[in-house]
Amino acid sequence: MKQFAELFMNLDRTNKTNAKVELMKNYFLSASDEDKMWALTLFTGRRPSFKVNRTQVKEWAAAEANIPMWLFQESYQSVGDLGETISLILPRNGSDDSDKSLSEWFYYLGLLPKMTDEEKHDHILQAWSQLSQHETFVFNKLLMGSFRIGVSQTLVVRALAEATATDSNVIAHRVMGQWDPLETTFEKLILDEGENDNASRPYPFFLAYPIEGDVSNLGTPEDWFVEWKWDGIRSQIIYRNNELFIWTRGEELSTDKFPELHFLSTVLPNGTVLDGEIVSYFDNKPMPFNVLQTRIGRKNLSKKVLEEAPVAFIAYDIMEANGVDIRNLSQMQRRAQLEEIHKNMPVQSIFNLSPLVEFKEWSELHDLHPTSRENIAEGFMIKRKSSTYQVGRKKGDWWKWKIDPLSVDAVLIYAQKGSGRRAELFTDYTFAVWGEDGKLIPFAKAYSGLTDVEIGQVDYFIKRNILEKFGPVRTVKPELVFEIGFEGINESTRHKSGIAVRFPRILRWRKDKKAAEADTLESLKGILEMYK
Amino acid sequence: MATQSLLQFTGKSIYCSQADAHIDPWIPVDRAIITHAHSDHARWGSKHYLAHKDSEAILRLRLGPDISLQTVEYGEKFVINGVVFSLHPAGHIIGSAQVRVEYKGEVWVASGDYKLEDDNFCVPFEPVKCNVFITESTFGLPIYKWQPQQEIFSEIDNWWAQNKEQDKASILMGYSLGKMQRILKGIELKDEVIYAHGAIYTLNERLRQAGHDLPELTLVTKETDKKLFRGSLVLAPPSVDSSTWIRKFNPYSLGYCSGWMALRGAKNRRAVDQGFILSDHVDWPDLNTAVIESGAEKVYVTHGYTSIFSRWLNENGIEAGEVTTMYGNEEETEDRATGDGPEAEGIENNKDLSPIPDDPDLKLS
Repeated sequence: MKQFAELFMNLDRTNKTNAKVELMKNYFLSASDEDKMWALTLFTGRRPSFKVNRTQVKEWAAAEANIPMWLFQESYQSVGDLGETISLILPRNGSDDSDKSLSEWFYYLGLLPKMTDEEKHDHILQAWSQLSQHETFVFNKLLMGSFRIGVSQTLVVRALAEATATDSNVIAHRVMGQWDPLETTFEKLILDEGENDNASRPYPFFLAYPIEGDVSNLGTPEDWFVEWKWDGIRSQIIYRNNELFIWTRGEELSTDKFPELHFLSTVLPNGTVLDGEIVSYFDNKPMPFNVLQTRIGRKNLSKKVLEEAPVAFIAYDIMEANGVDIRNLSQMQRRAQLEEIHKNMPVQSIFNLSPLVEFKEWSELHDLHPTSRENIAEGFMIKRKSSTYQVGRKKGDWWKWKIDPLSVDAVLIYAQKGSGRRAELFTDYTFAVWGEDGKLIPFAKAYSGLTDVEIGQVDYFIKRNILEKFGPVRTVKPELVFEIGFEGINESTRHKSGIAVRFPRILRWRKDKKAAEADTLESLKGILEMYK
Repeated sequence: MATQSLLQFTGKSIYCSQADAHIDPWIPVDRAIITHAHSDHARWGSKHYLAHKDSEAILRLRLGPDISLQTVEYGEKFVINGVVFSLHPAGHIIGSAQVRVEYKGEVWVASGDYKLEDDNFCVPFEPVKCNVFITESTFGLPIYKWQPQQEIFSEIDNWWAQNKEQDKASILMGYSLGKMQRILKGIELKDEVIYAHGAIYTLNERLRQAGHDLPELTLVTKETDKKLFRGSLVLAPPSVDSSTWIRKFNPYSLGYCSGWMALRGAKNRRAVDQGFILSDHVDWPDLNTAVIESGAEKVYVTHGYTSIFSRWLNENGIEAGEVTTMYGNEEETEDRATGDGPEAEGIENNKDLSPIPDDPDLKLS
């Protein structure tokens, strides 16, 4: 555990990608196979649940620290991380005498689900009493935490690839998909060649870079395919060994969520893997994302939901045909194979082919680009005809040319402290526009988009201009104006403003504007009318 | 019932109307009693100042050499219109004091900033019995529990040794006044040349001239040979991490000494390589100890976690109230007081160390 706690703290401390990879690589080179397996489990977001109730754990910690619950909550507010708060308030024990390894601790935690509350209490307190502050923090993360320490799957893959001297594409493939640390070993998962490749395993997505400068810098138009950039859920559809699997980006196996697509198992050739977008679809045309949003995250897909937000698949790539990985074929060759599969589809309205945008000169794209929203697209995808299907976000062959977001100028009215890196700073903001009665009406929450310096300045302003407190939320003197961008807009009965915006974010700080000059709800509703 | 409290919180100072004296005023007044020389407590523009004698060198450096300043020893009584004042060690930084105010048998203590651990440089904190105790609450949450300073000094020693092995400079940031003297008294110096940023060098020289036992530092100038920084310790104020000044030390490791380093969030935001949890303020346990040892029946909680700590005291049978003051923006004001900007390269810049504008507001536009 000491070794892993140290790795964790070191990873947490550095922002440098190379340093993180180096730290993980060294860990993978020195830790035991069991510990490596668990570390990998954590870094790829597969931490098992130990069936503990966070509220109970808080209460146990507060009782142990001899402080009332409200003081615990205030402390948590300041720290911004539950596991860390607990590690800080617990009485310091000088002992620090545990030498259990990471995997031994997981074994220890694995006993929890079968225990009574009282046994859980004793079990957890016994662990706390033998760990140092840093170790307690990491232990709490194992127990119930989310594991956000700026380590993306790509970095883990790089570190593993370097540590095992294996190609990173191969490693990326091996760590994807479904596996359980209790049922496999590091050896089997990472080191054994191919044998354990189970049928559900997806390929890592190839991701596009935002286009830099003007599109004409890409050279000869004939070298490129252009498609609309669909506004849906990036998905991979796999049909192997007579079984269908639907993976969404974020690596979630979501087959059950899209029953409309299950017919594909009867029509796709065995050994097919497709890349595309799941969108909501009506009358043979895609719908805005917010229609799809009504069914994301629902556990039960009622008939009503399925009727109101039916989906379709828009395919744009193929990675595996007849059981053969064809990612090394050119975009053009893969496209041809995809078109062939599409041609043989009986129900083409649910399995669509992303059409190619016809153009001879880049200037034609300039003319078409502003019509993206009318086409329910977010802009263009530009793909090099000779390009292979690569892993992750790579520059050069796939570009995205997105439309500018919709935007309004809004006033900062509420603020809340952030968490993690941003604990103690007011970084979560609520913005408002002017209603008809001259009152400010909140319509969006946003936090990203400011530089660290700006965050500091806004924080400074907020701390000196707090009007009221509601729990962690502070009402702030309405003075600062920001341009808020968003991707979509929809009617909402849940919000006071009557609208809901998608992906709101701060585009820039309008230091040149006074609060009175911010936009109105009227103007927001105008945008809604235009893009409904 | 008394007609008026012995001390009042005006928002701009802690005021004794009977003596017409202000403690740590933020506005120019006739008579200012200064708890310590940090710039969120010692403000410019008052007619007469009174402080502990060990504050004199810094106060004259920061507020101007010609200020009207009376100094006293700890425990020395002075009477203004029947009110008996005396200063008592606060253990925060050199010359820091709690102000004891007694009138008609009632005793108030305004403690300014303080810590209980003996830092081996300033006179350690002494509890003063009183009826009303005014306390800071900078780290007034149970998450703040300092380790013994010796452990932190060993961490610094190890960090420096490790950097030396890798042929890197060790840039250690911390407040110029207080923290740096404590570090110099605490870590193992091994008779090596210690480099310092102008702000720290200037303060160190002033304190040496005033007779304090501190090692000599070497000022970093534009002319200093960069090779000399390899493996060396460089002391710098907290603002240098965002300046160009720091580039000349490449390759380096950046350390920061502050109580705020106790939280990962603060540490990561600061983007330092190593955070050292070392504070000149009381932590949660010591804050509670100080309140109990004062014997006060009423406590006023100023800058920091005021509402939280006063609620905690009230729930534990000690009557407490929260008070809004201008103190506590130590970092912002200290940074400006010491003129830590990238231009504050050498001692010739010490005009940057004199009066700061009386406007605490950061310009937003």
